[in-house]
This record gives sequence, C-alpha cells and structure tokens, in this order.
Amino acid sequence: MDQSTKTSRLLTHIFIIIFGLFMLYPVIWMISASFKPETLIFSSPGLFSKEWTIDNYFTGWNVVRNTTFGQFFQNSFLISTIAVIANIITCSMAAYAFARLKFPLKKLWFACMLMTIMLPAHATLIPQYTIFHNLGWVNTILPLTVPKLLATDAFFIFLMVQFFRGIPRELDESAIMDGCGIFQIYTRIIMPLAVPVLITTAIFTFIWTWDDFFSQILYLNTVEHFTVPLGLRLFLDSQGESSWGSVFAMSVLSLIPITTVFFIFQRYIVDGIATTGIKG
Amino acid sequence: MAGSEAVPTTIKKPKMSKDKKKQYIIAYIFLLPWLFGFLGLVLGPMISSLYLSFTRFDLLNPAEWVGLANYQEMFQDTRWIASAKVTLTFVFVAVPTQLIAALLVAVLLNKKMMGVGFYRTTYYLPSLLGGSVAIAILWKNLFEIDGLVNQVLAYFNIEGQGWISHPDYALGTIIILATWQFGASMVIFLAGLKQIPKELYEAAAVDGGTKIQTFFRITLPLLSPVIFFNLVIELIKSIQVFTSAFIISEGTGGPINSTLFYTLYLYQKGFTHFEMGYASAMAWVLVFVLGVMTLVIFFSSKYWVHYEDGGKL
Repeated sequence: MDQSTKTSRLLTHIFIIIFGLFMLYPVIWMISASFKPETLIFSSPGLFSKEWTIDNYFTGWNVVRNTTFGQFFQNSFLISTIAVIANIITCSMAAYAFARLKFPLKKLWFACMLMTIMLPAHATLIPQYTIFHNLGWVNTILPLTVPKLLATDAFFIFLMVQFFRGIPRELDESAIMDGCGIFQIYTRIIMPLAVPVLITTAIFTFIWTWDDFFSQILYLNTVEHFTVPLGLRLFLDSQGESSWGSVFAMSVLSLIPITTVFFIFQRYIVDGIATTGIKG
Repeated sequence: MAGSEAVPTTIKKPKMSKDKKKQYIIAYIFLLPWLFGFLGLVLGPMISSLYLSFTRFDLLNPAEWVGLANYQEMFQDTRWIASAKVTLTFVFVAVPTQLIAALLVAVLLNKKMMGVGFYRTTYYLPSLLGGSVAIAILWKNLFEIDGLVNQVLAYFNIEGQGWISHPDYALGTIIILATWQFGASMVIFLAGLKQIPKELYEAAAVDGGTKIQTFFRITLPLLSPVIFFNLVIELIKSIQVFTSAFIISEGTGGPINSTLFYTLYLYQKGFTHFEMGYASAMAWVLVFVLGVMTLVIFFSSKYWVHYEDGGKL
C-alpha cells in the first residue's frame, strides 16, 4: 500500500471517529450529567466534574407522588412483552397462511394486508378510540395489547411471508410423508427455521412498543397505569427545569432496555433492516 | 369459505374433496386473528372514520351529519393551515437532508477497513434512541437558552439564544433531531452498496473516471431502487412525527404554532377539544396527501429509478 492511500485511510478513520463522537456527544453528556450534582450540570459543557453523585437516580426514582419509576417500568415491560409474544404468534400464523396454504379469497386478503402497511394510524384512530371507549378499555393495557393479538402490525406479516417463502417446500413435502399435518408443519418446520425473522420481529416490536408514546398518552390516563415515557413527561411537567439531574437520570434509565436489546441482538437488527430494505 | 358449497352445484365438477375443505378451514383458522383485526380494527374503523369526517362528533353524543363542513372549515382554520405548513416544511427539509447524510456516510463506511462494524453501530445508535421521550427531553434541554449548544457556542464567542422558544428556530431543532437519526437509512444504503458489482468500479478506474464521476455515474444509478425505498419509508415516517414535537413544545405546538405538527394538531382537536369529526376529516386529508405524494414518487420512479432487470418488480 503506498503512502498516499495510507494517509487517506487514516484521514477517513479520523473523520469518521470525530463525526461519530460529535453525534453521540449529547447522549454521552446526558449520561455524565445524570451523575453530577444539580448545581454543577450547567457549569461547563464538558463531561468531567469535581463531584460525582448517584443522588439524581434516587430522587428521580421517587419523584412522582404515590408511585415510583419502578411501577412505570413494570407497566412498560408488561405491555412490551405481551406485544412481542402476540406479534410473534399471530403475525406468523397469518404469514404461514399467506405463504404456504391455499384458500379462497387469498389474493384479496393479501392485497388488503399489503395496503394496511402504509396506512397511517390516524385513519383508524377516532373509531378505534370510540370502540375501546365503549368497551370500557380506556385506561387499561388492553387497547395497547389486543391489536397486537389481532396481528394489526401488517409490516411484520409481510416480513415473515418473505422469509417463509424462502424456506424450501421440499421440507414441507417430506414432513407430509412422515404424517405431519398443516399444524405440525407450522410448529415443527416453519417456526424453527424462521427464528431469525422471529427475532427481528421481536426486537422491533419491543422497541416500537416501548417508545409508542402516542398510543400510551391516548389510552393511559392515571398515574398507576403510566409507562416509562409517560412517567418522564409527567416528571418534566411537574418539576419544571429545577431538577434536570434527576430528569436526565430517569431518561438514561429509560433508554437502557432498548440499548440492551440492541446490543444483544445487534446482528439480527442490522441484517434485519438490510434484508427488509432490499426485499421491500 | 362462503363460496365453497356453491361451487359444485354451479359447475359440474367432482364434489370438492373433504380434504380440500378441511384444508381451507385450517387455513382460515391460521388467518383468523389477522382477519378479525383487519375487519374490526382497520377496515371497519376506516369506513367509520370516513363517515365521521362528515359529522360533528364528541364521543359522548351521537354523531350529527354536517356534510362537508369539517373540510371547508379546515381551509379557514389558521391553526390547521399553520400545522399543514409546519409538517410540509419538515417533510421537504428533513427527508432530503436525512437521506443525503445517510448516503454520504454509507459511501464512506462501504470500505473494508478496521472497526467498520463498530462505526456502523455508532452511527446507527441515534436512530435507535431518537424516537424516545428521553431523547426529546434531552433535545429540549440542549437547545434551551442555557443549554449545551449555547455553552459550546459561547466557547467560540458566539452568542446563542433560546432556540426552542424562538418561532424561527424551534422547528429547526426538530429537523436537526430527525436528521440526527439517519442511521436506519444508512444501514439500508450500506446493504444496497454491497450489491453493486465491484467490476463496474474497476472498469471505471481503468477508464480513468474520477471518484466523483464514478459516484454519479455508477453508485447513484445502481443505488436508485434503494433511494426510492428509503424515500417512501422516510416520507411516511416524517409526515406522522409526533413525540418530539409534543415533548419539545410541551404539547402546545408553540411558540406561535411554529412546531404545531399536523398530527399534534389532530391530537389536540380530537382528544383535547373532543372535536372528533374534525379530527377524522384531518386524518383523511393526511391519508389523501400521503397517498398523492407516494403515487407521485411511484410514477416518477420510471424516470430516475434504474432496475438491473429492466424494471420488473
């Protein structure tokens, strides 16, 4: 390798690193600020401090009256977990039907499913709210979880249909020879082989449900049902700007579940986006 | 399923085998959750919200037919006009800047070099975190009068101001937040870049093409299907932005409606004022505009999207 390519490579690296640091700096700064005493947070734009403390985390955790962030985390986890399990089961069932089974009106339903992928949620918002209101479900987790049990995240169905189509049909045929029925092919052949796409679905369902501020603010209105994003917002409203340290502390905590999921399943996420991007 | 019994009588064919019937039933069992959801939570509500858009409806009293009144009212509603302007400005600025940033960084990272996986993760992280309330809160703080941005500016002796509280700049902070999240599009671009045959670049190098020429003559055309895909996805996403505007403006859309995003105004109308007929009409205008924009992109794609196999999808 000659000298000029070497230098240009080095320059590329330096540029990428500096630009990356610049991008992530606000987040890193927030993490460092969450460990600083309130009075020192805005004393300098740097990351370092004369004093460090974890008090912000304790104050923040208990800041909302009669409850703690523990409750909010519990609610968020409950909703997200149900959403993940529901999406994996019901979306894969629909996808299996579309990818492998024959039935009347299949083309019509498939076209309907594709159309709903791009449909903004606002088009169904008011009637959905009315339905859940009439059922007495507002301020419960049901409006946030039942739609997932009914496979309304069509995007994941589409993703799975694409994946299932790639599984060789010979496997189904040999399973039939062995006496498997339609159900067994689904549980014993398709699902085990579809683990990558199921993981992609699980991760994105988790992240999107965790961050789904719009549905949460719509359907959850008393503090004991609040999720983490709602808790953060409430905290911001009630505290004003006097206690950024504890606001940052709780914000940092709220990002941990998503970040953890990301780092554990990183490979699937990046591959997932890439393949869906190309196949879409 | 309904037609399955009629078939044998109208067409003289052997009766549908029991097996086939059983197969259809099982297929529909698999489809059932989705079918229920589609009919009950998507199709039904769509029709119903179209109907509600021609009514006055406040959730508690029966809907009252008002014809086109909601639609007519919109065009005289200064806040509606403001919200449409804010969202369109956002879409027309944030989508291109985000895609350009994503493309440039993707090209930079599409090399065999040390630590490329690490870099990719670093640049992807903002789009993982950016949709959260936590980051919106951080953003609000960064751009406040005594926030981090102004502290850094003060280092360079530039006097900043309360960016969030100034009607000329508040939207800009949200556009920056959206651009900051270019990572997801970047990952898709990277996957697209990997598909471009190396030989093309080698041939271009032999012919003495400069890097810039190769980018415009080879990379860009061959990447156009991916650009097309990203464009549609980002359009759909940005026309529906809500969380960041809600948190940064504390739900008001201020100062002076400068961050009154369309969805935020729809939320205020529907769920603060309980003008749900009006909100439904707003939703249908949104669907219509998004539909038209998507169609324009689809039809224009003939002229700028280059498919290797001659355009067969």
